[in-house]
Formats: sequence, structure tokens, C-alpha cells
Amino acid sequence: MSRYSALSLLRGAFNGQKHWQPAWRDPEPKAHYDIIVIGGGGHGLATAYYLAKVHGLKNIAVLEKGWIGGGNTGRNTTIVRSNYRQAELHNLFEFGLKMWEHLSDELNYNVMFSPRGSLTLGHSDADMTMLAQRGDAMRCDGIDAELMTQDQVAKFEPLLDMSRSARFPIEGALIQRRGGTARHDAVAWGYARAADSLGVDIIQKCEVTGFVRDGDAVVGVETTRGRIGAGRIGICVAGNSGHVAGLAGLKLPIESQTLQAMVTEGVKPMLRSVIQTQSLHCYISQSDKGGIVFGGDPDNWPSYAQRGNPIIMEQAVAQGLALVPALSRLRMVRTWSGVTDMSFDGSPIIGETPLPNLYLNGGWCYGGFKATPASGWTYAHTLATGKPHALNAPFSLDRFERGATIDENGSGPMPNSR
Amino acid sequence: MMQISCPHCGPRAQNEFVYERTIDSVVALDAAPEEAMKTLFTRNNPRGVDEEIWRHTYGCRAWMVITRHRVTNEISAVRAVGPEALP
Ligand SMILES: Cc1cc2nc3c(=O)[nH]c(=O)nc-3n(C[C@H](O)[C@H](O)[C@H](O)COP(=O)(O)OP(=O)(O)OC[C@H]3O[C@@H](n4cnc5c(N)ncnc54)[C@H](O)[C@@H]3O)c2cc1C
Ligand SMILES: [Zn+2]
Repeated sequence: MSRYSALSLLRGAFNGQKHWQPAWRDPEPKAHYDIIVIGGGGHGLATAYYLAKVHGLKNIAVLEKGWIGGGNTGRNTTIVRSNYRQAELHNLFEFGLKMWEHLSDELNYNVMFSPRGSLTLGHSDADMTMLAQRGDAMRCDGIDAELMTQDQVAKFEPLLDMSRSARFPIEGALIQRRGGTARHDAVAWGYARAADSLGVDIIQKCEVTGFVRDGDAVVGVETTRGRIGAGRIGICVAGNSGHVAGLAGLKLPIESQTLQAMVTEGVKPMLRSVIQTQSLHCYISQSDKGGIVFGGDPDNWPSYAQRGNPIIMEQAVAQGLALVPALSRLRMVRTWSGVTDMSFDGSPIIGETPLPNLYLNGGWCYGGFKATPASGWTYAHTLATGKPHALNAPFSLDRFERGATIDENGSGPMPNSR
Repeated sequence: MMQISCPHCGPRAQNEFVYERTIDSVVALDAAPEEAMKTLFTRNNPRGVDEEIWRHTYGCRAWMVITRHRVTNEISAVRAVGPEALP
């Protein structure tokens, strides 16, 4: 694989840009792999990359039922941050955030990571107390967090409605300046290209339809392209975790729900940061193309439809317009949705399953894009060694029966009340 | 948005209803701890039909069980429930 560089571009200019090659191969599946990763989203591709790069494994495949990055990786609002209150969560996401800061170099692919600041608004004294608590918890573990006064917020993001008569009056904010956004497709493509160049077989249009069993142990997969044997198998299918685990007879603490996003026509720069709030469920940022990207609550009822509900759209947009009234003049040009795997404590699951050789990475709810590098790193460690990495040990599947849930929102086993 | 036929009020817009959980995840009061844990914390979550408890929260407030396909959203049955229907 030739490296991408300014020099190669320049050289190409003299050869009619004829030097470009496909960024990854399109191999036929082999009869057996040491490790199979099911799901070619960012997480699955990152896992395969670190298996090859860090653990030196050679015989790895990623099986993707559609095209790589066509799931939630290509549908999300691309917010990257590590501003969680609980240590298990902020340690995992901070490990990831540090990787984002060098990811373009690591992959030789521009993932357009843009640390423009992740701003969380507070609308009441109670909100500000919660934000201060969260910021303190982060700073105790060496993660950047700053509390902002009302005046500082007004200067930082001047189009916010700071008036006392605002529908959601703004009292202040917590900012993580190192947070921001990244280019979603580039993350999938960058990991795919880098993994492929280390010998990983990326096999698209290959849906896993069943598991091959030897007693309890899982020793292979049935796919739409035939049976493939494997030493270890890692499920990494986001919203389809419940369905795929079900093929092995497992029932998970997960319910699949629709999550939507929408974008307006492109305009000149008007919002500098990613705006979120402590009390509402609406997040707004401006893409590099100029469109204003909105996200909101999940639809709050189970669905695999990948089709959103206008009730939630209206809610997210109404909140966004209340926060930034200037947005009311813009036209919405696109809306879309993805199937997310809402776990029963709101935190991901990365680790072994009760079945030998079968591992699970899922339950990312609406927040897994930011974790892509950390998820891949820890899952690769787990798949290569058969043991969890220190960072994903708390996120085991058996934490629910042990009463060791990681419930950032404190809402108990009801994903629809989150 | 779906239209749901409330057994008491007739066809109404979905935004009057709230989803609760599946019928098989209601924990019986005398369930053993392992059984209660499994019931509360795991779901079939099928990419197909399941039986779900919904409530006409912003209407008559009654509970009901809806048989629904989770890809097509087709509702094949709605039945009223009372306390006697709970395990
Ligand atoms: C609208 C929306 C907005 C979001 N916003 C954010 C955000 O701002 N920040 C953030 O951090 N996170 C966000 N998320 C969450 C984030 O997108 C996901 O947590 C993350 O992308 C999951 O990563 P993945 O690689 O596992 O998923 P995916 O990219 O969905 O990859 C899973 C892959 O598995 C494949 N697959 C499924 N079943 C099978 C099978 N049987 N056989 C083979 N392959 C199969 C799918 O086709 C898919 O490509 C958002 C999600 C949505 C839907
Ligand atoms: Zn009714």
C-alpha cells in the first residue's frame, strides 16, 4: 500500500493522477480464520487493525453484511468527547480521545478530527451543580474540564439566546475544549485501509446468519457466502447485537431503538463548538460543509426500522431553535436514522459471553462513535488474549447479575426512560 | 408515526402512547432472584414480532399489550390488560 502524502499527490499531478489504487482488497472468504470480527463499522475495523498491528495476528477477517461504514458509523453526529462523570466511563473515553488526537497520523488517513470544544449548557442551579460535579470528577483523573460563567458562554457562542426570558435560560456551562467532531466515513475507511495493508481480509456483502457449534463452544459462522471456521469470534454489530447474539441463543440486556439526526442547508460559520445541554436532549454542531447538524433523543421504543419518528424530530428541533433562535431561518435538507443498541444501564458491553470463543462488543447506545479507537484497542486485547484489558474489565456482560452496573444517568434497567 | 387502536378509545396517534417493556419482562412478585434478574435485565429483542406493553398515557391511561413487528411496525393485535393479566 503506497502512503498518502503531499509528495505523492504532486507526483500524481504529472501522471494524470493515474497512481491511485483501491484502498483495500475485495478478497474471497477463506475456510478458516484465527479471529473473525462480525460487523464492519468503525469498531469492527478498528478491532481488526489493532489485532494485526498491536498483537501481530495475521489471519483475521471482518465480515460485513452490507458495506463498511454503512451502519451507525456513517449515520452518527460525530461528537467526540470524554466528559463523563463515572471513572469507568471517562477513563475509557479519555483513552480514546488521546488516540483521536493522533489518529490521522496513525492511519495515514485524514479523519478530520476537529477539537472545537464540547460545550454542555446548564439551565438551572441544579444543572450547574451537576456540571461542577462532573467537571471535578474529570479533573481528578487529569481530564480537561472548565466551568464557564454566563458571560463567558455568551462571548464564546454569541448566537445562544442568553436572555432571561429564554425558553431554556442559560446559567453557565461546562466545556471540554479537547472535544469536538470528526469525519465519520473517513474513520471507517482509514481503519479499513490500514487493516487491509496489514493483511486483514475485509469481506463485504457477507451476512452472518448463524453460528457453528461444537458443544457449547462456537467454532465458526454460517454466512450468506458460506460457512467459515474461526478460533475466536467477536460480535461487533451495534444495533443488531440482540439479533446476532440471538443466533447463538443468547439474550442480552439490550433493546434496539431508532436514533435520528438531521442537517440543514450549508451556511457560513455560525457555531464554533458542539452544543449540548445538561437538561435537554438536543445537540447541535456545524459540519465542515456548513450544515447545522441536530441530534436528539432516541425514539424510546424498540425498532429495527432505521426510519425515524417525526415526534422526536420536532422535539430536537424545537429545543435547538429555543437555544439558537437564528437557526429558525434555515431549511432542513436531510434526516436519517440508525438502529442503536440501548443497554440497560446506558453503558457499553465489551467482553466474553457465556459461550467459549464468542465475544461481544455492543450496547453503545447513542454514544459509541467517540469510543471507536478505544473500543477497537480494548476489544482487540480481549480477543487476542482471551482476557479483558483493564479499561474494559468493568464493562463485562455479567455486571448486571453482579449488581455492578455503570449507570451514568441513574435510571435503572429501562433504556426508554434514559 | 404509528396509529394505535386503543381498546378503549379507538385509533389514536402514537404520540399519546408510551412504551413500557415486553410482556415477558414483567417480574413476578415471588420470582427467585436469578429468575427476577433475567426477567428484568434481558430481552429477546427480535428483529421481528414481539408482544409489548404500552400505555395510553396521554389518553385514557390504560395499559395494553400490542403485538408488533419491529421492522415493518405492523400491529397485528392490541388487547386490553387488567391486573388479572399480570403474572
Ligand atoms: C443518529 C445517530 C447519531 C449518533 N451520534 C453520535 C455522536 O455524536 N457521538 C458518538 O460518540 N456516537 C454517536 N452515535 C452512536 C455511534 O454511531 C455508534 O455507537 C457507533 O457507530 C457504533 O459503532 P459500530 O462500528 O459498532 O457500528 P456500525 O457502524 O453500525 O457497525 C456495525 C456493522 O455491523 C453490520 N452487521 C450487522 N449485522 C450483521 C451480520 N449479521 N453480519 C455481518 N455484519 C452485520 C452492520 O451492517 C454494520 O455495518 C450516533 C448514532 C446514531 C444512529
Ligand atoms: Zn385509551
